[in-house]
Amino acid sequence: MTVKVYGFVGSNATYRVMASLYEKNVDFELVTVNMAAWEHKRPRFLARNPFGQVPAFEDGDVSLFESRAITQYVARKYAGKGTELIMKDPIQMAIQTVWMEVENQKFDRASWKLTEIAMHRVRGGPELVAEYEKKLSDVLDVYEARLTENKYLAGDSFTLADLHHLPNINFLMETRVRRLFEARPHVRAWVADITSRPAWVKVMSLSPW
Amino acid sequence: MVVKVYGPIKAACPQRVLACLLELGVDFELIGVDLDSNEHKQPGFLQKQPFGQVPVVEDEDFRLFESRAIIRYYATKYGDKNRKLYGTTLEEKALVDQWLEVEAHHFNDMVYTIVLQKLVIPKMGGKTDHDLVQNCEKKLEQVFDIYEQRLSKSSHLAGDWFTLADLSHLPGIRYLVNECELSHMVRDRKNVNLWWNDISNRPAWKKVMQLFHELS
Repeated sequence: MTVKVYGFVGSNATYRVMASLYEKNVDFELVTVNMAAWEHKRPRFLARNPFGQVPAFEDGDVSLFESRAITQYVARKYAGKGTELIMKDPIQMAIQTVWMEVENQKFDRASWKLTEIAMHRVRGGPELVAEYEKKLSDVLDVYEARLTENKYLAGDSFTLADLHHLPNINFLMETRVRRLFEARPHVRAWVADITSRPAWVKVMSLSPW
Repeated sequence: MVVKVYGPIKAACPQRVLACLLELGVDFELIGVDLDSNEHKQPGFLQKQPFGQVPVVEDEDFRLFESRAIIRYYATKYGDKNRKLYGTTLEEKALVDQWLEVEAHHFNDMVYTIVLQKLVIPKMGGKTDHDLVQNCEKKLEQVFDIYEQRLSKSSHLAGDWFTLADLSHLPGIRYLVNECELSHMVRDRKNVNLWWNDISNRPAWKKVMQLFHELS
């Protein structure tokens, strides 16, 4: 049964799912959704994701949307294969989940807005950029403290808590925002580490940029 | 040792955690945090939660924050008390995660902005951005339309039983049907209305509401 990811090269959320599949050495087919033709808002795609967003995912009879739900499913289903992306110990897993929520609620909010501004998808003058760079800086200050005590966000090993950051970090490191990551030595080292992982390099090799 | 939950009962995120602990019959001690006097931004609290937000949970010798992480932990730990709360199969768990993600992004972002603009900002002496509120209300109506369609196929969001995905909505919808005066969003949709009546009448949530009225 082929695993299918419905999305497109260039979509951060699609990259998030692809990274998890590459980490687990799970073969999959990327089915390109034609955004320019509004395929994602047509009934056939809406049946996969009623919110009309990529990615959607299929693994046999299982159909899912929301990239962070998909990566968790992949991590659990393919436990024992490739990189372990979730902690086995329940308390370590609880701590991992905390940092997954931090990425979800705090890092993504600030970093995605800066990404949208840089892509000219939203209007953003200097004030808006400064506002969101401050929000991101506050989050990265907490990360700097955390990564001084731990090599990765959840503890000693790379997990989904780190992986979920990759698409937004990767984009922002190509912009002026990179200075916020580079100004913090432990954050800088962590970024260098996670973005050089073979699975992520493989995702990026498909990128048109 | 009793689980300690730090946070005021009037805030949405502590309510989410309490609802879960009550569903599972887990004993807890609620320790109030005075947001009005900025207690959550003082060094003592920041040591517990580096972002200065509520709730924080202390359990034996470890600490958790982020309400949706906390509820996942306890639903897993006490899975034997309620197997369906976070699903028993991989697929069930994935569907709970999926609809928790929907709540955290599509639903919560809109409710948070509406509450901030309509309730919090005026209370602090500021001016409501009515255009922004109208925009958020329009988007929230679209989200509820999707819920209406989903709930025509199953009684609850992740399947035909109550899960964390439904529970996570309780504090936000409470705001909508009360202080935000947007109860029509629920009442005008047959399946959403049935679902809200079901989940808001669960004993655990009624106990949270009882505490809310007693302690506010």
